[in-house]
Parts: sequence; C-alpha cells; structure tokens
Amino acid sequence: MKPLEERIAKQVKSIPRSGIRDFFELVQGRDDVISLGVGEPDFCAPWHIREAAIFSLEQGHTSYTSNLGLLSLRECISKYVTKQFDVTYDPKTEILVTVGVSEALDLVCRALLNPGDEVIYHEPCYVSYNPSIALAYGVAVPVQTKVEDNFVLKAEDVAAKITDKTRILMLNFPTNPTGAVEPVEELEKIAKLVIENDLLVVSDEIYSELLYNGDGGFERGEHVSIASLPGMKERTILLHGFSKAFAMTGFRLGYSCAPHVLTEAMMKIHQYSMLCAPIMSQNAAIEALKHGEEEMEKMRRAYARRRNLVLKRFEEMGVPCFAPGGAFYMFPDIRKFGLSSSEFALRLLEEENVAVVPGNAFGEAGEGCVRACYATSYEKLEVALDRIASFVSRL
Amino acid sequence: MDALVELLQSDARLSVEQMAERLGKSVSEIEQMLAELRDSGAILGFHAVIDRDKVDDKRVSAFIEVKLTPERDGGFDKLAQRISKFDQVSSCFLMSGGYDLAVIVEGEDLREVARFVTEKLSTLEGVLSTATHFQLKVYKQSGFLASDTHADERLAVTP
Repeated sequence: MKPLEERIAKQVKSIPRSGIRDFFELVQGRDDVISLGVGEPDFCAPWHIREAAIFSLEQGHTSYTSNLGLLSLRECISKYVTKQFDVTYDPKTEILVTVGVSEALDLVCRALLNPGDEVIYHEPCYVSYNPSIALAYGVAVPVQTKVEDNFVLKAEDVAAKITDKTRILMLNFPTNPTGAVEPVEELEKIAKLVIENDLLVVSDEIYSELLYNGDGGFERGEHVSIASLPGMKERTILLHGFSKAFAMTGFRLGYSCAPHVLTEAMMKIHQYSMLCAPIMSQNAAIEALKHGEEEMEKMRRAYARRRNLVLKRFEEMGVPCFAPGGAFYMFPDIRKFGLSSSEFALRLLEEENVAVVPGNAFGEAGEGCVRACYATSYEKLEVALDRIASFVSRL
Repeated sequence: MDALVELLQSDARLSVEQMAERLGKSVSEIEQMLAELRDSGAILGFHAVIDRDKVDDKRVSAFIEVKLTPERDGGFDKLAQRISKFDQVSSCFLMSGGYDLAVIVEGEDLREVARFVTEKLSTLEGVLSTATHFQLKVYKQSGFLASDTHADERLAVTP
C-alpha cells in the first residue's frame, strides 16, 4: 500500500504547521502559567446572550436556517453595520452569515481565486490568511509592515507588490497581532490604488469595536472601514463577526457583507459545505446586536484599562512598544535583548511561567516582537508583568 | 467620579495608587474624589461580602415586611430611622407596594430574631404589622454570585 503520507494532497502538504500550535504544546501541561498567548476574550459571553441561546433551544429551534442565515439576523446585521461602518448592505442579497470569520475568509478565497491569482496581504498578520489563500490555489504575496511605522500599511509598499496577476488586497485593521489601526489618509491612498488597479478588497474587521485612544484615556478610538470610502463598497468584501467584541468565540458566528454577485458565489460554496451557521448561535447573535452594546462597552473599557497598564509597565521596563489603537494585543519590540522572538518566548515561559506568542508565528515581519494578549484579568496581568519585568532585568 | 464609584463597588480594597492607575488619574485626584465621596456621605462604609455557609457562621438573617402609619410631619422617616438604629437591623429600605419598610435583621439564631420582632419591632408605636421571612440560602449577594465556578477554559495559546 502506498504510504498514507503520500496520499495527502500537495496543497495541504505545502502548508506549514502553525507556529502557534508548536508553542501551544510547550505551554500545555505546565502548571501556574499565566498565558498572554490567547487570542480571545477572557470574558464569558454576556449572560443575556447566553440566555437567548438557551431560550432558542428551549423553544425547539433546532432546524437548519436559510443558507444565508436567518433573515431577522441579517436585518439586524445590516442595521448594525450601517451604524458601525457607515455603509449599508441589503439584508436579503448582500449579507451571508458564516461559521466565524474564518469560514468567510475561506469562502472568499475559494469563490474569487483562480489558480495562480495573487493576493496581497500585510504581515505580521493572523495565521489563517496565508493558508486560506494557498488552499484556494492562490499565491500569497505578503507586504511587510514595520514596527518603525507603528505597523501602518503603506500604500507605496502595496503598490510595489501589484502585478498583472494581483486580484485581491486583504486587510485586517485593527490588526491581530499588532493592534494597529490604519490611519484614514493611508487608507484613502490604498483605496485609490485598489481602484486604479481594479482589485477587490477583503477587509477583516473583527476587532473594529475594540478601539482605544492613543493618549491612554478610556474613550473609544476611531476606525474607518475601507468599504465606506467612495467607490469602495462595490469592490469590498467586509468580514465581521461576534467573537471578539461580544465575547462569543465559541458560538462560531461571523458574516460577510459584499455585493450580491460575490455574496452569491460565496453562498454557493457555503451551502454545499456548511449549509448554514448553527441556529442557536444565530439567535444568540440577534440578542447581541439588539441589546449587547452596553456590555460590549463595559468590556471595551476593561480592555482599555488593561492596555494602559501594560503600556505603562513595558515603558517602565524599557521594552519599546507602540500604543496600539485596537484589538487586545500588545506587540512589544524585543530586539534590544539580542534574542529571537522564539528564544524570548521560550525562556520567558521556562524561567517565569508566562506565555507570549513569538512574533514570527504571524509571519516573518513579526520577528523581533512578541504578542502579549491583555484579555486577562487585571490582577493576573499585574503578576504576569512583574514576572516579565524580572525576566527582562536579567537579560 | 462614576468610574471611581464603579471601581469601588467591584473592589474596595484597591490602594489609591492602584485606583489612580486603573482610572488614568493622579493619586491626588483620586484622594480628592474619595474625600468628596466620604464627605458627602456617598460612601457609607466598606465591608467584605461573605457567604456565611462557607465560614460556618450559624447566624440567621430575616427579611421583614413592615407596615407603618405615616406621621404628619416627616412621613415614614422618623420611624424608619428609629428602626434602623437597632444593631440587629442590617438594612432598612422604604418600599413601594404592599408594605412600607423592608427590614433585614440578623441574629444569633431564630429565637433571637423572633424576640427582636415581637418585643422591639412590632411594639413600636406606628408599626401596624410585620411579616418575617427567614433567609435559607444565598445564591447572589451584593452583586457577587455564590459558587461562581466559572474557570478559564480557554486554550493556553490560540491564534
């Protein structure tokens, strides 16, 4: 019999194991680790949302829904997106409810890419972009964003990567792992470039509610969706979901907003692979959109408080770290200690029992930094930061 | 000020320095705000919220509905303040609805509470009637869930 390894599809084989997975295995099984390595809220989904999911089950809502998702949910999404991003989508034809943004990302790639088509995206970035493109037979073309520029994506750097095979520009602001928010002036330049070169934009805006003031206050910062810029709605696939701001990661619920033709193409794959997102999650999401903003704001303020603490402590330790405008990550620059990201993370784990994720897990551009997630209780953060301080003082 | 009140209600043990850090204020600003809260009588006191079952405290607590005759001057205030002065009374609220005062009384045992109600409370002039309900079990108290067992179930490292 032919070895099983040889039966794995080439495309799948070509994808490297996630660096996160390797690190996870190191962390697992250790006691007393304070993990700043997670990528999800420490808050439980608010009770009124959980209660709506329970009620949905109690009422016997256990069937499939429309492939696109419950119309009542899509109507809520449409309203919410208008308010949040200042761009309006038709709930009947332009919104598709997916199993997390991850599924939506996969659908976009499969729906829009032909073999060899190039997709430009910015690194350091969420670990799924590159594999999602590769699995759809596209060619991933990373653009590096730099710590010196506060991880802003420069239009000129995008321009340098555009070829006649470029089809899509993928954006993720606020960014996981850096927390960077793209300034609107730069976003406008990028939009111009996209239109000139007749590209489509896939914009993953999953962290778009978690915004902070640069000055260490608690007020919500600014974020502009590229979809809202003139001439961009018709060429943008806006991806969003409930995981981060509503603390609903396990509900696995996201959505895409895109012109009808693109939504249809994505829906075609979705209906044959996923059929629909789970109905209880959809019902919970309706509750989240109708009544969830107060709890969301409470969580955002808690993150803001923690963000200010972490920033202050890194500054006191002499660890350079730019003040991220969004998400719940810090991406401190650890190059001055003369260790690679992996060495730093590994030694921090072994010597002080604090887990952070090596920056290179998010692409080469992340080397020299580590990702520290501050979605953990203030008290735990204080202990973790004391441990980090003691670690760096020995380096 | 609202943010400080919110913070105090969730954890009153924080030092002034910690409060300043969390609220992005200076230590002297926080001290001034705290002084204002104390001087205005907004802060009544600080105490730990204890689930008595966990410390083997045998004392009992009763919730008493009290009906009163309002006085010509001052309505219920005088009598309510008089009732509140008893050490056995831990809380006292004026209520809308079927009765006037909700009085929470603590005692060493059932008999002590009963004695307080029959000898002190119900004999006060102006008290028309009382209905005593003994507390059996605590599920939530002052915003804290008893037996809140929600552990962090997140995987240690995720993208």
